[in-house]
Amino acid sequence: MLALTTTWPDLLVFVTAAALIVVGALGVISVHNPVHAALSLIVTLFGVALSFLEQSADFLAAVEIIVYAGAIVVLILFVIMFLGVDRHPRDEVEPLVGQRAFAAAGAVVTVGGLIFLMAKSHWVTGVMSASTGGTPLASGQGEITQLGQSVFTTYLVAFEVTAALLIIAVLGAVQLARRDRESEVEQ
Amino acid sequence: MSVPASWYLVLSAVLFGIGVYGFLTKRSVLIMLMCVELMLNAVNLTFVTFARTLSDIAGQTVVFFVMVVAAAEVTVGLGITVAVFRRRRTTSVDELTEMQG
Repeated sequence: MLALTTTWPDLLVFVTAAALIVVGALGVISVHNPVHAALSLIVTLFGVALSFLEQSADFLAAVEIIVYAGAIVVLILFVIMFLGVDRHPRDEVEPLVGQRAFAAAGAVVTVGGLIFLMAKSHWVTGVMSASTGGTPLASGQGEITQLGQSVFTTYLVAFEVTAALLIIAVLGAVQLARRDRESEVEQ
Repeated sequence: MSVPASWYLVLSAVLFGIGVYGFLTKRSVLIMLMCVELMLNAVNLTFVTFARTLSDIAGQTVVFFVMVVAAAEVTVGLGITVAVFRRRRTTSVDELTEMQG
């Protein structure tokens, strides 16, 4: 039933995105080198960006590549190389007995519960414009235009607060890095 | 007609589950931060899917803000990691046990 309404290019894009996402995510949690884990994270991010494109979120797909893959992962790679951590601590030792088993059980319960909720609820039945309060997606209008209008009208206060948040984060990071260096000099 | 929304929701649930498992089992703070990014991306994917399904731009707006908060979170998290590493020469969470009761 589902496949009949889907054209094969859409299906191909979805399968590609899903493969990128799952392979990259499994790589993040399975490889033993943090640099390789960061590169696997980039694979996942490209998959997510691809699925954003498929769902007509063009701006967010570009931001996903530029901000996540271009800035955040590069920042993580900088820190990995700055610290000189070429291998992460051994995951095989278990200070907590059965931690991996409990973690796996928790993840399975989480995923199973989410999928069960999706199957039981009516969220995914495609009820059009059941929106409450938000700006509906007008057809024929650019997605970036609508997103910009939404950010700068409805969510203007939140946008300004994020500006303050970014300043605070940058100042906090500088302070964290600088104060320690001064104490080392004093020693 | 694009791929049904439920497929994307299942995909994002799987991605979230992988992130949860990695966050709970990994020892390195850096890998744990990456797993947090995985979970945030899973939620972003859900928001974009619902934005398309419900024809509501608010979902994409939320993703925009989540990305900003993720950037701030990674900045502060890596700053703390660097500060801890300078003092303790480790990024393993198992060796940071001062607050153990």
